[in-house]
Amino acid sequence: MEASKIDRIVRQYGARESAILAILQDIQAEEKYLPRETLEYVSQKMRIPMVHVFRIATFYNALSLKPRGRHKIDVCLGTACHVRGGDKILDKLERDLGISVGETTKDKRFTLESVHCVGCCSLGPVAVIDGDVHGRLSQEKVPGLLKDFK
Amino acid sequence: MIIRTKNDLEKIREKGLKSLYPGATKISVGMATCGLSTGAGKVYEAIQKEIEKAKVRILLGQTGCIGFCQREPVVDILEPGKPRVFYQGVTSERSGELVQKWLENKVVEDLLFCKMEKEDRVLEGSVKNYSIQRIPAGINGTPHYHQVPFYSKQLKIALRNCGFINPDHIDEYIARGGYFSLYRALFEMKPEEIIGEVKRSGLRGRGGAGFPTGNKWDSCRKAKGDRKFILCNADEGDPGAYMDRSILEGDPHSVIEGMIIGAYAIGAQEGFIYVRDEYPLAIQKLKIAIRQAEEAGLLGENIFGSGFSLKINLFRGGGAFVCGESTALMASIEGKVGEPRAKHIHTTESGLWDKPSNLNNVETWNNIPVIVSRGADWYSKIGTQGSKGTKVFSIVGKVKNTGLIEVPMGATLREIVYDIGGGVPDGKKFKAVQTGGPSGGCIPESLIDMPVDYDQLTQVGSMMGSGGMIVMDESTCMVDIAKYFMNFLKSESCGKCTSCREGTKRMHEILTEITEGRGTTDHIDLLKELGWVTAEASLCQLGATAPNPVLSTLRYFQDEYEEHIINKRCPAKVCRALLRYRILSDVCKRCGKCIKVCPAGAITGKAKTKKESGKPFKIGTEKCTRCGMCFEACKFKAIEVE
Repeated sequence: MEASKIDRIVRQYGARESAILAILQDIQAEEKYLPRETLEYVSQKMRIPMVHVFRIATFYNALSLKPRGRHKIDVCLGTACHVRGGDKILDKLERDLGISVGETTKDKRFTLESVHCVGCCSLGPVAVIDGDVHGRLSQEKVPGLLKDFK
Repeated sequence: MIIRTKNDLEKIREKGLKSLYPGATKISVGMATCGLSTGAGKVYEAIQKEIEKAKVRILLGQTGCIGFCQREPVVDILEPGKPRVFYQGVTSERSGELVQKWLENKVVEDLLFCKMEKEDRVLEGSVKNYSIQRIPAGINGTPHYHQVPFYSKQLKIALRNCGFINPDHIDEYIARGGYFSLYRALFEMKPEEIIGEVKRSGLRGRGGAGFPTGNKWDSCRKAKGDRKFILCNADEGDPGAYMDRSILEGDPHSVIEGMIIGAYAIGAQEGFIYVRDEYPLAIQKLKIAIRQAEEAGLLGENIFGSGFSLKINLFRGGGAFVCGESTALMASIEGKVGEPRAKHIHTTESGLWDKPSNLNNVETWNNIPVIVSRGADWYSKIGTQGSKGTKVFSIVGKVKNTGLIEVPMGATLREIVYDIGGGVPDGKKFKAVQTGGPSGGCIPESLIDMPVDYDQLTQVGSMMGSGGMIVMDESTCMVDIAKYFMNFLKSESCGKCTSCREGTKRMHEILTEITEGRGTTDHIDLLKELGWVTAEASLCQLGATAPNPVLSTLRYFQDEYEEHIINKRCPAKVCRALLRYRILSDVCKRCGKCIKVCPAGAITGKAKTKKESGKPFKIGTEKCTRCGMCFEACKFKAIEVE
């Protein structure tokens, strides 16, 4: 990520220690992950030791050090989705995409992740694709779900 | 306009009332996350197009969730002189019909959900009756809102505005009595009086532990320090609970108003709302609400011209369950990793940046304006001896009517699961209710008549938590549920305490052994022992309550564990390693669908055609991965699980 872009994000919050999570989230929103060089730049810019920046980046589930695909699928594995077969939806996606949870397809089209409850429990099992929640899923509905994403 | 006086507030109320009950037909679409996930966005667009086409003055708006999430998308139509009509399961294809028929004074009967002739106004303690002069044709057979079984036993205090106001319009919030409690608190009550009122109301924290709210405020007010913080815990992490999301999406001002009253009572000048990263819509609605409140002079410098000032900041979480714990939440706001610390000194004395800090959950803050408006005497009449008021529950899982409900404390599980929830679907047998999230436990059928409040739930080995209620039937395996929660806790443990980090991991390993057919009889004792150590030796409540899902299932469902260990059977047919799929040859029609869907190529046979009768179908146990695709695909129920 260009230094000027990072500067702009940091400036928006101020180089306060308490803003580190928000800054990393904003960077990730643009880059889809946190490249090592970016973290090093943020560390210098904010005068926060790299070891601390790295701890933050690895502690929170929302942050990723691995590049992600164009579309992100989060399968909900909250309790309500679990008892209604959320793990089967995840299995089906793993099979259809040929990747395991946490991985990205070779063509960089999809990254498959799981999430602990998106709060849409009454419509479970659900999956979130690029921020849009899809409810009342079944294994059979999975192929139709993916076909519109390029 | 900046609101300075009660008169100013009344003027905005008038404006809001015109927006709530305009002189023309108004259509509202429920557009909280649950509505949007079932296509409410498209429904909204379709209705908009139809209105443009009809060239009639019809207003279109959005609301939050009315609670019956299962029936989303929900659309309601309000026209002066007619009963309000609610539709359920509306699709974009059928949206036009709703508008066309309405213009002909008719309704679309098969989508009709209920009608409403009066509205409860909890904040003011009044009922607004609609004046009814015309009845649309086809509406008579529809029940009244208050007669629908899902709603008839509910008492909505926390959810008072959800589904009835546009969350983006502060005027509509004010029109239903909003910010009048704040006015009263600032000008007619001393901080000590407010705390006294909250204490007497008996309100306990709605986030989980149920600590008396008034006492917490009192100790924070008395704590020494010139700078104090108030915080709102909107890091709703319990899987299966989503009332905070719904409140923030449908009625964000109620939380903000509660926080301002709290800040005034405690003497805080700055506040934070810590919202889960997984709730983008709630974050968006809160941003709008905070800005509006600031623009109206109800938040920020010199609120209502009273001299009292409060700044509220929004803080987006990073997707860590442990950050719902008070000290971890505060560490996270400070820019540290969200690890809890020992609480020898309470956060009310030394919390965020070592300043006195008062943290309450979304639903707790949302109750405050009602307590200030209606008084502690009124509030404390609702509920049980030790638990006052109402509680919102998300009733989900294996139950017919899923959604968000609010009942007085002390309602029985039977009322919640059967009367409101409609019981278990598909003729299956009820088994248990899981409450309290990963810190809670499973309550068996034998306790179905227990009244639900903080103390009763603790007594049976579970807890209130934030109010998630996951109904389980005979096809839910209790060992699998224990394993599920242990997997959750294992990945969400921050790792600071060895007992929690290792204890959850080892318990998960043992549960995996049991569910995969390698369990031994020693495992049950080992689980109990590990559970005890994890609970005793861990710092925060995540570790201290981590064994609950295991211990409570062992307490009530030990026979299911033994069935897995001794007979290598999963009675609920969930644990895959113990299952065998089989095709019933006498039921099988040889349609060939199962062969097509089987990802493992485990099914042999030949489909029937017009010329040939095909060959019998069989599942090869070696190749079968027990994914259940064939079972789901078979229309003739010819596949059996053993």
